[in-house]
Amino acid sequence: MAAIQLRGAVKRFGPITAVDGLDLEVPEGICLGLLGPNGAGKSTTMRLLTGQAIADEGELRVLGHELPGDAKAARAEMGVVPQLDNLDVDVTVEDNLAIFARLYRVPDVGAAVDKALDLARLRQRRRDAVDELSGGMRRRLLLARGLIHEPKLILLDEPTVGLDPQIRTQLWTLIDDLRSRGTTILMSTHYIEEAERLADEVAVMNAGRVIARATPAELIAAHAGARTAEVYGPPERLTEVRAIAEEQGLPVRPAGPAIAIVGAERAADGAVPADAVVRAASLEDVFVLLTGEEAE
Amino acid sequence: MRRLELPAIAGVMSREVANFRTYWRGTTFSAVLEPLVYLLAFGLGLSATLVDEVNGVPYVQFVGTGMVATAVIFSSAIPAMFGTFVKHRFQNTYDAILAAPVDVEELVSAEMLWIGLRSGTYGCVPLLVTIAFGLDPAWGMLLVPLFCFVTALGFAGFGVAMAATVAKIDQFNYVTALFVTPLFLVAGTFFPIDGLPQGVQAVAQLNPLHQLVELVRGGAFGYELADLARFAFLVAFAATTWRVAIGRMQRRLID
Repeated sequence: MAAIQLRGAVKRFGPITAVDGLDLEVPEGICLGLLGPNGAGKSTTMRLLTGQAIADEGELRVLGHELPGDAKAARAEMGVVPQLDNLDVDVTVEDNLAIFARLYRVPDVGAAVDKALDLARLRQRRRDAVDELSGGMRRRLLLARGLIHEPKLILLDEPTVGLDPQIRTQLWTLIDDLRSRGTTILMSTHYIEEAERLADEVAVMNAGRVIARATPAELIAAHAGARTAEVYGPPERLTEVRAIAEEQGLPVRPAGPAIAIVGAERAADGAVPADAVVRAASLEDVFVLLTGEEAE
Repeated sequence: MRRLELPAIAGVMSREVANFRTYWRGTTFSAVLEPLVYLLAFGLGLSATLVDEVNGVPYVQFVGTGMVATAVIFSSAIPAMFGTFVKHRFQNTYDAILAAPVDVEELVSAEMLWIGLRSGTYGCVPLLVTIAFGLDPAWGMLLVPLFCFVTALGFAGFGVAMAATVAKIDQFNYVTALFVTPLFLVAGTFFPIDGLPQGVQAVAQLNPLHQLVELVRGGAFGYELADLARFAFLVAFAATTWRVAIGRMQRRLID
């Protein structure tokens, strides 16, 4: 049974269609990365799955529960880690956890809190108010709060957005541990590296629908080939190089101050200048080619 | 899963209790001090200069029993409006709660119950202060916490509904000026409403605070049969604002 099944899900906000005929199936036990630019519909999809947004059209099923009618039962079996920090900042770390243990009807609140404190590595800070914690500690606490009832499915909405690289790596370790224990994870992100590092499969979203889905390696092979050549130089030269590459049918994308010729292994003589930096094709190449957006 | 599950309501209330433990001192201080100040200013001040008694009741005791209603509206409607708005807009608290197995109906019910309990308790403070100023304790006063609780539930529902309706926090100024202040002034706290024009008297009968004032005075000086109808009115008021608050919050919180 799939943990998540969405068929033809549509969600409109006035004239804006945030989710536009979305088909998505997440098998049990995998980590699926929802990768897309801002406004692609990732967060709305997450809200549809918790019943905090009601789809205008389509069928939604989470852990066997049909939404929105059975959303409360579905939420009882899933955990949610939000993009925005919504901890109670004046309340202690352990009280923040205990409140959610009660909301999730955990039978032994004390034991669940202790376990969550260990997971978040905050046992020494259990009696401190949340506003005394660092940003990384608060993120770990948010994650532990979402896992307080040992859910079968966890929704991570941009779990490391705005964090510095060191804290991001800490969280990745925690998420990777969850994945290895068989928890189904749906993780929205617009960080390429995060999707590449954590996701078994990546679904690229744009304009409210999934436009490509496979393992990172399969996506790269299907859309970006084997190698990418980055060419640096003045704008006139880049324009000239781009024109030659595109004449040969090679996709070219902006890459900061450079341009990147994707599928460089297929280039005929002269299309890739000798001073180009040739590297293995990446998920970032796929993302930019498919969505037309710069990656982060 | 069933609607209105007790564990969900208790869970949301446990969050309120955990937060209350961090700020109860300030809230309790003002809840005790404010009626004391009003009693000193209006009760003692006016009774020493202008009004000796109203309908045979010493003016200090008349105001003191009426102040119960004032304490209830200011410790229910105002925290419900601002607290709900802040938790929704600025703290994203409701997003976190609604991601758990809690629905909007349970969330609103829990918020109202908590405010009702808190305000029901604070509402009794003016009565205790008035007893200290010479009001004789009466068995009928034992029902005052219940009257305060039910009225506070109603005003909590009103506050939650307003918080789910306004677009910006400064729009609460309109709510306070148009509803809260007139209700507070035409409740019969500081002067009996039977001296007002007939039309205003009729409107005042629809004021839950006036009904509460009458019930509290009933508790202090003797109930009458009409008090049953007054209590029924307060129950209906609470039930109505409960459903309205749920409806407004449903629209605000669920996209």
